[in-house]
Amino acid sequence: MLKLGDYSFQSRLLLGTGKYPSFEIQKEAVSVSEAEILTFAVRRMNIFEDSQPNSLEQLDLSKYTLLPNTAGAKTAEEAVRIAKLAKASGLCDMIKVEVIGDDKTLLPDPVETLKASEMLLAEGFIVLPYTSDDVVLAKRLENLGVHAIMPGASPIGSGKGIINPLNLKFIIEQTSIPVIVDAGIGSPKDAAFAMELGAEGVLLNTAVSGAKDPVKMALAMKLAVEAGRLGFEAGRIEEKEYAVASSPTTGMVTS
Amino acid sequence: MTIQLNGKSVILPEQVRSIKDLLSHYHLENRLVIVEVNKEIMKKEQHSTFKLSDGDVVEMIHFVGGG
Repeated sequence: MLKLGDYSFQSRLLLGTGKYPSFEIQKEAVSVSEAEILTFAVRRMNIFEDSQPNSLEQLDLSKYTLLPNTAGAKTAEEAVRIAKLAKASGLCDMIKVEVIGDDKTLLPDPVETLKASEMLLAEGFIVLPYTSDDVVLAKRLENLGVHAIMPGASPIGSGKGIINPLNLKFIIEQTSIPVIVDAGIGSPKDAAFAMELGAEGVLLNTAVSGAKDPVKMALAMKLAVEAGRLGFEAGRIEEKEYAVASSPTTGMVTS
Repeated sequence: MTIQLNGKSVILPEQVRSIKDLLSHYHLENRLVIVEVNKEIMKKEQHSTFKLSDGDVVEMIHFVGGG
């Protein structure tokens, strides 16, 4: 059970809603993933040109817990404004704090992220900051009272997977709030690995929406997250340098 | 009156006075939309009571796919 603030969830896979090839595929992928938390972005309406219905509005949003992000914000103040706009929909009180500090890598600005998190906690939000994989920053955020830490596995949309498992492990072990590995997941093995490291959840988008078959990948990610979590709970064996026979070493049928 | 709507200057017909009128003018009454006037977020209850004024800066915001 994943617990975030007052909410609890069966699913440990959080799914993004961006960049699917079509609405039908998105709907099917979301359904197959069995994700209970969906992320999305807050933007100006394209009222002067766009007469197309917004695909997000075609999902039955009441079935999900909505996790808007503050993508587009470069300062804490901008992030707070976006978060308040999202909350004004009356549909959500959770926020993924995303304050980008560098356009090329899309890595988060730790100082603004910390500031935004503090301001949003004061406003009563359930605050889930997207951060770099820095254990000191994670502890500072935990001390503020954030409801989860969401360190990136590698740059957003890069699909490079977990490039610094040691740092993720430090964060998981050194904090006592849920750690959700967010961004950079490329394939099911990355999602399973994150869960085996002890993450409480995985948030991904492009790994599913950009796959050749997003629906099949959504299922693969669901299973990977479950498998990784089960593996973590079961407790893996210790690694050894040399072989240890699985079959009995006595009673050999030899001459 | 003339307002700034999502970054664009628009002239509104005389009968458009409230936020509710503005939403119907753009056929958005059944859409999920959050309205901000002069950087102040409007509660749904305010949509029919809040009167727009000449020069108001209005933002209409919604949710889009994202990660």
